[in-house]
Amino acid sequence: MLTFIVRRLLQVPVVMLVLSILIVGLTQLLSPEQRAAPYIRSDQQSARLEQIIRERGLDQPFPVQYAKWLGKTLQGDLGYSTASSKDVIPTIQERLPNTIELTIVTALPILLIGIWLGTLSALNKDKAIDQILRVLTIVGYSLPTFVLGIVLLAVFYGYLGWLPGAGQLSIVNEITKGDLTRYTGLLSLDAALNGRWDMAWDVLQHMFLPALTLTIVSVTTIIKVMRNNMLEALTSDYVRTARAKGLSTRVVNNKHARRNALLSIVTLGGFLIIGLMSGSLITETIFAYPGVGQWVVQAALRFDLSAVLGFALLSALIVVLVSTVVDILYGVVDPRVRFD
Amino acid sequence: MTTLSSNPTAGRSRWQLFWTGPAVRKLRRNPLAITGLIITLLFSLMALFAPLIAKPSGDCLRDLNITNANQVYNPAGGAFWRAIFVPPRTCYKTERLSFAQEPTAPSAEAPFGTVNGYNIFYGLIWGTRTALKMSFIIVAITLAMGVVIGAISGYYGGWIDNLIQRFIDVLFALPSLILTVVVLTILRAGNPGGDPTLPIIVSFCIAGWAGYARVVRGDVLRTRQLEYVDAARSMGARDMRLILQHVIPNSVASVLTLAVLDLATVPLSVAALSFLGLGFESGYAEWGQLVEFSRAWLKPEYKYVLLYPAAFIITFSLAFNLFGDGLRDALDPKSR
Repeated sequence: MLTFIVRRLLQVPVVMLVLSILIVGLTQLLSPEQRAAPYIRSDQQSARLEQIIRERGLDQPFPVQYAKWLGKTLQGDLGYSTASSKDVIPTIQERLPNTIELTIVTALPILLIGIWLGTLSALNKDKAIDQILRVLTIVGYSLPTFVLGIVLLAVFYGYLGWLPGAGQLSIVNEITKGDLTRYTGLLSLDAALNGRWDMAWDVLQHMFLPALTLTIVSVTTIIKVMRNNMLEALTSDYVRTARAKGLSTRVVNNKHARRNALLSIVTLGGFLIIGLMSGSLITETIFAYPGVGQWVVQAALRFDLSAVLGFALLSALIVVLVSTVVDILYGVVDPRVRFD
Repeated sequence: MTTLSSNPTAGRSRWQLFWTGPAVRKLRRNPLAITGLIITLLFSLMALFAPLIAKPSGDCLRDLNITNANQVYNPAGGAFWRAIFVPPRTCYKTERLSFAQEPTAPSAEAPFGTVNGYNIFYGLIWGTRTALKMSFIIVAITLAMGVVIGAISGYYGGWIDNLIQRFIDVLFALPSLILTVVVLTILRAGNPGGDPTLPIIVSFCIAGWAGYARVVRGDVLRTRQLEYVDAARSMGARDMRLILQHVIPNSVASVLTLAVLDLATVPLSVAALSFLGLGFESGYAEWGQLVEFSRAWLKPEYKYVLLYPAAFIITFSLAFNLFGDGLRDALDPKSR
């Protein structure tokens, strides 16, 4: 087990290294001047473009360039992002907690609703409720995130005026946001910990529509997988044995069938987090939510290479870490899995 | 003794075999899937005959060498065929009726209204064409790349296979939307104002081939051990011939299903990119952009700005998914 974890963790830097070679290699299609743009922080600096190119070795052969890039990156210098008018690392530090907050607020309901409805669907196979849920599932995953988001925005903000349309905070709270002591980085939690319940409520209201959009789009996958797993478990030998022993339907369903059906939800939970991260590009842009997704879209629009590169490395790191954790967890929850 | 006559399929054409096969029979009995298929085909027809539904105007008329839009209805004239099969790029520009930003309600001239002066109806009809055109090009290239690389990986095995598979592992470290955005940004940074078509196609292909290659590799690993491949090899067939004639044709069933399903998801991803502003330039007939326009006009009185594009895109996606779901069900050996 330990060897497995160590070996799996050792893969992380290798994947990151190869991926960064690929992406930095791709930028070789650009001229040295264009490659220097990420390091220009002010107008004065653009005057010494030549010097920056020489300093960073941008006109050197690729291996030299990459080595210099890697050196700077390992020192925490990923360049300057014009989209956020800040260096890349501070931008990520500022915005990533917001994206994490939105992901947490979304992932929990998705998992709970998905497991509940999937089980319900399987236990009532081919009855009315199952048919309705199956149709709703197809409708749900047919909805493109960007269309659904705009429709929800139009209905709840434009037509009904029930919910705020953009951002993370109302203007009143935006001003006093700086007074908070930041314990966790998650704004709603920090506001509550500071006793600012009005502000916490404000943040949750702002997160409602993006979270709803992501939930509707993602919950259908969980329902579908849960339904299939549950159906498979219900026809398995151990369930038949349990029934033959005379156990009540409730015990058989909850303890025998569902518990096994839940196993692959671990894997799915990993996929879910990764899916929510790419979904954040679209939802955060629609609702002007100040997370990393909105930033990278702004950056891509301005050809802000350092931001896009930094975001790519960040998401790859998250994906690789999440899948490592999922692999390890899988062995923990399912004793049949052997690490060899 | 005639062994041939004992063959139950003798005398039936390939088409009959296909049509009466278990998968197609199952699909035919699924009314939802058939409805989905019919709607999808209607969308394809709409894309193909876009010039006849949303008549060309402005520069498009000029480039088609005609003076009156109704000339496209004359199959005897060259404009009819050119408009349908090789419309000039100007025809993909959404017809612009004015430069007023405020939307105008549906009228005879613009059945779905206008936004930013753009004719929403024209944008949606030609947008369907853009979406399906991009989809076919991207899926075809991605499929070819995936099949070739996957087949090489599975057929040769050893270090080649290992190298390709570890490379795919690395690509999979980025979710496809993010990989697409990253590649697209780098490709376009060199020429920010240029035609985005090629960069979009390239970035989708880079982000998409690996998934196909994985599936093909798995099937090739299974196929290459079959006896007829050994038989062909023993008759002196070379690797290339073995791969192209024997292994690939018998290993592509599952990847083809995947490709058919992707024909529906790729247009939506392209639209999502355009929605974010990363796709086609403003004014190019394209779905995502029309949804983006509606973001500024969320009041109930402008509901047509969002209603028609949203209904269009959702209908397309739903129809294709109903068909795709039925297709998967029909091909899934477990559910038979």
